[in-house]
Amino acid sequence: MVNLAIDFNGLKLKNPVLTASGTFGYGLEFADFVDLNKLGGFIVKGTTLKHREGNPYPRMAETASGMLNAVGLQNKGVDVFCNDIYPQIRNYKTNIIVNVSGSTIDEYVKTAERINQLENINAIELNISCPNVKEGGMAFGTSCTAAAEVIKAVRNVYHKHLMVKLSPNVTDIVSIAKTAEDNGADSVSLINTLLGMAIDIKTRKPKLSTITGGLSGPAIKPVAIRMVWQVAKAIRIPVCGIGGIMNADDAIEFILAGASCIQIGTANFIDPRTTTSVINGIELYCLKNGIKNINEIIGMI
Amino acid sequence: MKKYINDFEIVYNLRLNKDYFILKLMCEDELPAILPAQFAEVKIEDSASTFLRRPISIHDVNYDKNTITLLIRLAGQGTSKLAEKKSGELVSLVYPLGNSFSLPIQDKVLLIGGGCGVAPMLYTAKYFMQFGFMPTLLLGYRDKESILRKEKFGKYGNVFYTTEDGSFGEKGTVIDHSLLNSEVFEFKRIYACGPEAMLKNVADKTRNKNVVCEVSLENMMACGIGACLCCVQNTVNGHRCVCTEGPVFNTKDIIW
Repeated sequence: MVNLAIDFNGLKLKNPVLTASGTFGYGLEFADFVDLNKLGGFIVKGTTLKHREGNPYPRMAETASGMLNAVGLQNKGVDVFCNDIYPQIRNYKTNIIVNVSGSTIDEYVKTAERINQLENINAIELNISCPNVKEGGMAFGTSCTAAAEVIKAVRNVYHKHLMVKLSPNVTDIVSIAKTAEDNGADSVSLINTLLGMAIDIKTRKPKLSTITGGLSGPAIKPVAIRMVWQVAKAIRIPVCGIGGIMNADDAIEFILAGASCIQIGTANFIDPRTTTSVINGIELYCLKNGIKNINEIIGMI
Repeated sequence: MKKYINDFEIVYNLRLNKDYFILKLMCEDELPAILPAQFAEVKIEDSASTFLRRPISIHDVNYDKNTITLLIRLAGQGTSKLAEKKSGELVSLVYPLGNSFSLPIQDKVLLIGGGCGVAPMLYTAKYFMQFGFMPTLLLGYRDKESILRKEKFGKYGNVFYTTEDGSFGEKGTVIDHSLLNSEVFEFKRIYACGPEAMLKNVADKTRNKNVVCEVSLENMMACGIGACLCCVQNTVNGHRCVCTEGPVFNTKDIIW
């Protein structure tokens, strides 16, 4: 038997596999394909204080080994989440984590306060890295001062596990990670999407209504692994690795680079069962390599 | 409706003309009930330049033989890869996805398909025949050579054609056809699939008539199951996912 359980700075994961916000809906969308109870956890769609319609269509463009999106945090707002969605998911036997976003610090704080009242939500992933909204989002995640302010404010009102999702669109991701640690984050997750752009040469127009969008998928994996490795070396709080994980081999790479757990994102669109196959694949890798406890190989590099 | 993911075996891959081919696919498991206008997300293997599944409407279903038929336009690199597939090879489908044209119906219905939009109309017409009546189909093509599966469509309805060059049926596009331009409008429902410009025109034609008009949209998609929110259509109720709340929308709800 292999022990895949992780103590992620107080957040107890039965295995290191979570899902990336915005790629897994509210979990329910995947219930026909995945036993949600078997996951380390799932992170639901980015939630804001008020309902958001998101950006105009087209908000997606396929790229080589990846995709650009510019959804722009479309969601029904925290009240609808608490009243309508939470009752449908609260009884799953796994960690349910809410990704929280906002345009102002006040919005982040108010949303986090509401989520704090939900008994079966075990953590918040604070999204200071969405590249697809005009105000807030990534603006908070690209400067240490702004990041410190929003993290500190949310920390004051949120009393469970606070994970901060970092943007790769910065000169030095380590300094932002240290800022998160210094201001009370329990963990960091990285990377959010890389700012990108694609043009239709037939129409000579951008493929996205917003011109730029966030690149995800295996195309960004080497960048993500490098950043996870840099950050994991520099901070004491644990790291959740994200970026183009398609299979268990990719997940192991992230774990070796220093991630204590990982998130499956875009891969859910290609095969909705990916989370399950990654969990099984990690176990198989450990069995084959004589690893009794997954913790043995975290950050070996 | 429960969704499935299955590897289907290719029974045959038939090239119809330079732009279209048919994949007949067999499932080992018993097929679930499939509704007209539903679609499958088809995985594209070994394609460096593409990444996502391709949403393809269900063209035909045979429950006795456990087969699904897809009528596919060679639209780009993904569909070109699919066109290379041989019988006996496997194709992964996530299905059945999306809503359907309103059912069951007792009204007189006209099914309109333009170009690739004819694909869902075969199964739609076949499905309606189970309710004991013959739909009318109006199918639009570029020219006589582009017409797809003429005999097959003929089995499930009274079929009218338009060609842009007038080489078969009435000249022009489906919008120009006399069925849509006569003084007396004999249909209570119009269900259409095709290019956006065509669908908009169909909506305009029916706007002030006592007609229910539903159209099946083909917005670009990633997941197909309502998770990524990429394929949204703007409607009077805000952004709605074409993959789960569509592909069929009543035209009075759409903000084009």
